[in-house]
Amino acid sequence: MVENKNIFEIKDFNIYYGHFMAVKSVTLNIEAHKITAIIGPSGCGKSTLLRSLNRMNDLIINSWVEGQALFHGVDIYHKDTDVIELRRRVGMVFQKPNPFPSSVYENVTYGPRIRGIKKKSQLDETVEKALVRADLWKEVKDKLNESGMSLSGGQMQRLCIARSLAQEPEVLLFDEPTSALDPISTTNIENLLQELQKTVTIVIVTHNMQQAARVSDFTAFMYLGEMIEFGETDTLFVNPQNKLTEEYITGRFG
Amino acid sequence: MAVFDEELGNLKGKILNLGSMVEVAVRDSVCSLVERNSDLAKEVIEKDHLINALEVGIDEECVRLIALRQPMARDLRFITTAMKITTDLERMGDLAVNISERAVEINEEPHLKPYVNIPKMAEIVQGMLRDALDAFVQECSILPYTVIKRDDEVDDLTVRNFNELLTLMIQNPKIVPVAVKRTYVAKYLERIADHATNIAEMVIYMCKGKIIRHISPVEEP
Repeated sequence: MVENKNIFEIKDFNIYYGHFMAVKSVTLNIEAHKITAIIGPSGCGKSTLLRSLNRMNDLIINSWVEGQALFHGVDIYHKDTDVIELRRRVGMVFQKPNPFPSSVYENVTYGPRIRGIKKKSQLDETVEKALVRADLWKEVKDKLNESGMSLSGGQMQRLCIARSLAQEPEVLLFDEPTSALDPISTTNIENLLQELQKTVTIVIVTHNMQQAARVSDFTAFMYLGEMIEFGETDTLFVNPQNKLTEEYITGRFG
Repeated sequence: MAVFDEELGNLKGKILNLGSMVEVAVRDSVCSLVERNSDLAKEVIEKDHLINALEVGIDEECVRLIALRQPMARDLRFITTAMKITTDLERMGDLAVNISERAVEINEEPHLKPYVNIPKMAEIVQGMLRDALDAFVQECSILPYTVIKRDDEVDDLTVRNFNELLTLMIQNPKIVPVAVKRTYVAKYLERIADHATNIAEMVIYMCKGKIIRHISPVEEP
């Protein structure tokens, strides 16, 4: 049997906040071990769509969905879905670095502990592995017991990535992960994304088109809740097929 | 982004300026030969540095725009096209200089026979250049195909010119030095036509995002 390379299959998918339709009939496949970027102006529904992939929108009162959103062929919104397990497998990193107000070590072990891992040696190993994968180990290995909040912005963001990685997710969702960071920290995160791509699938929402162009394999352009164009990043930025995409990426919008 | 639009407009203006300087150089170089006007030939040779300077200026401007504006899509294709066709235009200027150099030499010698093929070639080549530049300005993807088509006519005339001169050379070996130079001139014109074809192909890329180079025969839109 040929393995399905699409980890998410979204079809005619609508997301509402009350009566407001934030995402309109979106169809999109997310390929495994690729970086997919979602771009578009503020309010276009890109973050809403991203959050629907691990049901973060459930936390917003009045939000509801229609249509199909499959993760490994299974309906994300089925009543039997284990949402906690879904969010373990599909992790998320936010715009503003949000480490827990506790030590670096505790930040990373929080998830594994909740899953019932108690053995010190196993936790130690998880911490080192996650921090190495997040390219933070060298910088913090001597201050694991210091507060996560004492790190620099870029380090905090990588700590949040390490915290997600400790859960051994298959997918990481990034919502504007570098918009609060300086250019060097941004480059670090971007390099990290391309490294992580080998082991996890990445979906990133970004306002920074150059970032989408730099890091992603596929790019989706959304406008007013609709998916205007989706394709290989090379094509979309050099020769977009849709006039709206063209106007947006060349900065001649509206 | 109004400032960027203005910068792109200025860039286009500079390329047009370069284009018209090259048009004049090509026209005058052929004129200096056909009308046996060596002063005009020397003028073309002397003015070539202006073309070179403008080429460098355009290149620098393109690099600056890429660095500072990070152009995407149509803008990106416009700027990369500008960089490439500028090189073609500058080379055409060099070839006009080569024609002028041969003209000065040929004009020193007795007139061999009336020019027939070379003026014909020059007319086609100048039309190709004009249309290629018009297509660039109008961002038209139809006109370039007519430019590309005419390249074959120039190639045919190059061969015909060579054969005719070859016959004369066999009949009268004394004329070989001058006749060979006349074959060179035709070859230079043929090269200019090739550069005009390059420009036309780049304009199609700019408009449609499709590279049609090295695809033979070129399919029309």
